[in-house]
Amino acid sequence: MDFNLSKEHLLVKEMFKKFAENEVKPIAAELDEEERFPVETVEKLAKYGFMGIPMPKEYGGQGADTLAYVMSVEEIAKVCLTTTTIYTAHTSLCAHPIYQFGTEEQKQKYLVPLCKGERLGAFGLTEPSAGTDAAMQQTKAVLHGDHYVLNGSKIFITNSGYADTYIIIAMTDKSKGTKGCSAFIVESSFPGFRVGKKEKKMGIRGSTACELIFENCIVPKENLLGKEGQGFKIAMQALDVGRIGIAAQALGLAEGAFEECCKYVKERKQFGKRISQFQNTQFELADMRTKIEAAQLMVYKVARLKDNKLPFSPNAAMAKLYCSELASDVTRRCLQLFGGYGYTREYPIERMMRDAKITEIYEGTSEVQKMVIASWLKIN
Amino acid sequence: MSKDIYVLAEQRDGEIKKVSIELIGKARELAKDLDQKVVAMLLGSGIKEKAETLIAYGADEVVVVDNPMLAEYVTEPYTKALYEIIENYNPEIVLYGASSIGRDLAPRVSARVHTGLTADCTGLAIDAETKLLMMTRPAFGGNIMATIVCERHRPQMATVRPGVMKSLDKDETRKGEIKIFNVKFTDTDMNVKIREVVKETKHIADITESKILVSGGRGIGSADGFDKLKELADVLGGEIASSRANVDAGWISKDYQVGQTGKTVRPELYIAAGISGAIQHVAGMEDSDLIIAINKNNTAPIFDVADLGVVGDVNIIIPKLTEAIKKLKLNA
Amino acid sequence: MKIVVCIKQVPDTTEVKLDPKTNTLIRDGVPSIINPDDRSGIEAALQLKEKVGGTVTLVSMGPPQADVALREGLAMGADDAILITDRAFGGSDTWATSSTIAAALKKLDYDLIITGRQAIDGDTAQVGPQIAEHLGIPQVSYAEEIEVEDGKLIVKRQFEDRYHIIEVATPCLITALAGLAEPRYMTIGGVFDAYREKEVRIWTLEEIKDTINKDDIGLNGSPTRVKQSFTKQAKGVGKILDDVTADKAVQAIVDKLQEKHII
Repeated sequence: MDFNLSKEHLLVKEMFKKFAENEVKPIAAELDEEERFPVETVEKLAKYGFMGIPMPKEYGGQGADTLAYVMSVEEIAKVCLTTTTIYTAHTSLCAHPIYQFGTEEQKQKYLVPLCKGERLGAFGLTEPSAGTDAAMQQTKAVLHGDHYVLNGSKIFITNSGYADTYIIIAMTDKSKGTKGCSAFIVESSFPGFRVGKKEKKMGIRGSTACELIFENCIVPKENLLGKEGQGFKIAMQALDVGRIGIAAQALGLAEGAFEECCKYVKERKQFGKRISQFQNTQFELADMRTKIEAAQLMVYKVARLKDNKLPFSPNAAMAKLYCSELASDVTRRCLQLFGGYGYTREYPIERMMRDAKITEIYEGTSEVQKMVIASWLKIN
Repeated sequence: MSKDIYVLAEQRDGEIKKVSIELIGKARELAKDLDQKVVAMLLGSGIKEKAETLIAYGADEVVVVDNPMLAEYVTEPYTKALYEIIENYNPEIVLYGASSIGRDLAPRVSARVHTGLTADCTGLAIDAETKLLMMTRPAFGGNIMATIVCERHRPQMATVRPGVMKSLDKDETRKGEIKIFNVKFTDTDMNVKIREVVKETKHIADITESKILVSGGRGIGSADGFDKLKELADVLGGEIASSRANVDAGWISKDYQVGQTGKTVRPELYIAAGISGAIQHVAGMEDSDLIIAINKNNTAPIFDVADLGVVGDVNIIIPKLTEAIKKLKLNA
Repeated sequence: MKIVVCIKQVPDTTEVKLDPKTNTLIRDGVPSIINPDDRSGIEAALQLKEKVGGTVTLVSMGPPQADVALREGLAMGADDAILITDRAFGGSDTWATSSTIAAALKKLDYDLIITGRQAIDGDTAQVGPQIAEHLGIPQVSYAEEIEVEDGKLIVKRQFEDRYHIIEVATPCLITALAGLAEPRYMTIGGVFDAYREKEVRIWTLEEIKDTINKDDIGLNGSPTRVKQSFTKQAKGVGKILDDVTADKAVQAIVDKLQEKHII
């Protein structure tokens, strides 16, 4: 078990740090303030290979690995959670399922441009009545000869409105329950597809979370992903992979908040000395840093498990559970150390605290993660 | 035996550059310690008449190479001319200004002659025992000072930072010898072609690039207060900057804002004029090499980070400071 | 066009701090980077390659750890790299450094050599022009823009008060200013390729023995040497002048500015 990063990973980490510092950080506050989707950043992410980091070169990816992917998410999440939300949803929930379950034609048509960043991906599972109870799919897909017709709606879809390629889960056979769901690759240009209401959110305000509306949406037969009835399995495996990215996001967010806090407490003076010299501050920072260390080990381990083609699902759930709760805790405690100034928008910490909450909810709430872990423990 | 201190008299369009005058002044000092002469080297086209000026500023002799090949600075013709002068006269020391010409020319000459060259010196002295030239210069990004020697090769050569050495007063009564030196140039010496010469004055609008910043806070009173700061900045060769308060008040654009939500700067000199020094501002400038603060309030937190703090009225002190520096530069 | 870019791995001197207690530089933990002027040189070379085709080879003289800097250049898109390294080169001044690098370059086929104008640790700006002299090729320094026209280089050469547009034939050497080209990032795939697909050749004294004069290398081959080095005065506690006349205050400021060589 080698805890050292290889030379490639050390060098690519430098690239991630610089990119985050120069391209992402300067506009992070503005994206939050204006609730603006960073179109220009997505172009840069595409240019430098962020949209297909772990995918093989033959499919337009960078030929790197999951570890490089989580490191990229970690470094960028330190400065902007919105940006990482955009490309983790794209990579884990749209590109990856096509890589896992797609036909060669589907890979050439969709995976290659997704990895190159020529297409932006999204994933539609959640519905008004189907959140944690994801099996309650109402959206229907009926086969009519050479195409399916989809009717229904999805909500809270990340990248909606900007993505052109959606993995949509819909019910093809209600009698079979979860085994009656299927997955489809839906392009935003297909007739009968439209983007509805945009949600106003507490955090990751530059990321979109809109409604998707399917009104007799025509989806060619060739766009069925995998087989009919495999939809739920495809969705669950996508979320398994997605959890690794979310854990990395939460880890980076906690680290970013911690770094900002350390900077501040070394400058701020009260009662004649720097607040970093008070024991409370020091104990708080020591405790948070210890937990961050543990969190990072969990994230890197699950990345390596996946890269070594070993079972990773329980580790992904544990990492996501731990890191997301840590992010909320760390950002809150750091803001407390900032005091009054931390509550203002002059410093990034209040945005980080608002951003942190979503990591405990999306791609499976903390409660869902506990269900996954308990199930693996066979404790029932 | 190598002898005498040679100084490249850099000229552009027939105008002798100030750094060369400064170097002649310094060379006089060094010459005294060595009991040797100061010789200026004047290269150009139609340049002979300027030789007198160099003598008035302290040169004992001037070696002139006057040739159309030297009208505009091109590396090879200038290198060839200097090389032949050095081979012919065998100087002990050769000094150049560390300008964009000097730093292109001197290394080429040093390689042709096969001798040592020290760049961008801020201090020169003759060692009493060894009689060697001690060349002191900043290194490591300016974090350390190093003293360099060139023991076994001649001439000892250095490029010298402009504005550091002191010029002598012009003395028209000084006498000296002017020697015309002929260099046989061939067409192949002009090994590049100048397609165009464009004269311009550069203005750095980016405060993060400027080595000197004169920054104003609320204490300057009004938008017009920046005019006084601009005068001081100009005379120091720097740029103005601002705290957030003035930007918010609309007195100046955000490009000039230093601080947490503005830019982070680390100039050689940061003058904080009428700035209180709130933590958000200090975060953007505390790594400046030299911080001078002026504020009416003696408890202003800016004084905690200032190297030199003055409790007083910015509107009185800044103009006086500008005048004092102007006077100094005139007399130099 | 066959382009060779000479780069140097340097400590990030903007991150170096002075220990106020011992008055010495804290060098531990200072990151090593590609010298900024050199990085722009790599970018300029890559852009030229994109325009007119050819190859970009990186050359660096340094200790074994300079390998990382070369890998970074490869990850940006350079084709191959050579690390010139040998204990015998230790203690080199600019004459010895330029002689050693020139000896290596004599073994390569090149149309254009690009070096950075100066390194942020040595700050001399001498090695580039000295290499050009050893190779007997024209140099154009302070390049702010480079174009290619019919196999010739058209360079915007910057002075303080003007610029020249220079036309120079190959082979030639150009020194790059940091502002010459905005360096691209390494691509993620590029980083992995740099280690897995591309090669950094190691050249020691042995590989250049037929093009180098042994009297020109290392400490013994250096005409200049450092007699003494010292750190600048650490920042002491600041001095505050309260209750002085404006004129006295102005004088104190002027004195300080003169003391620090600002005026």
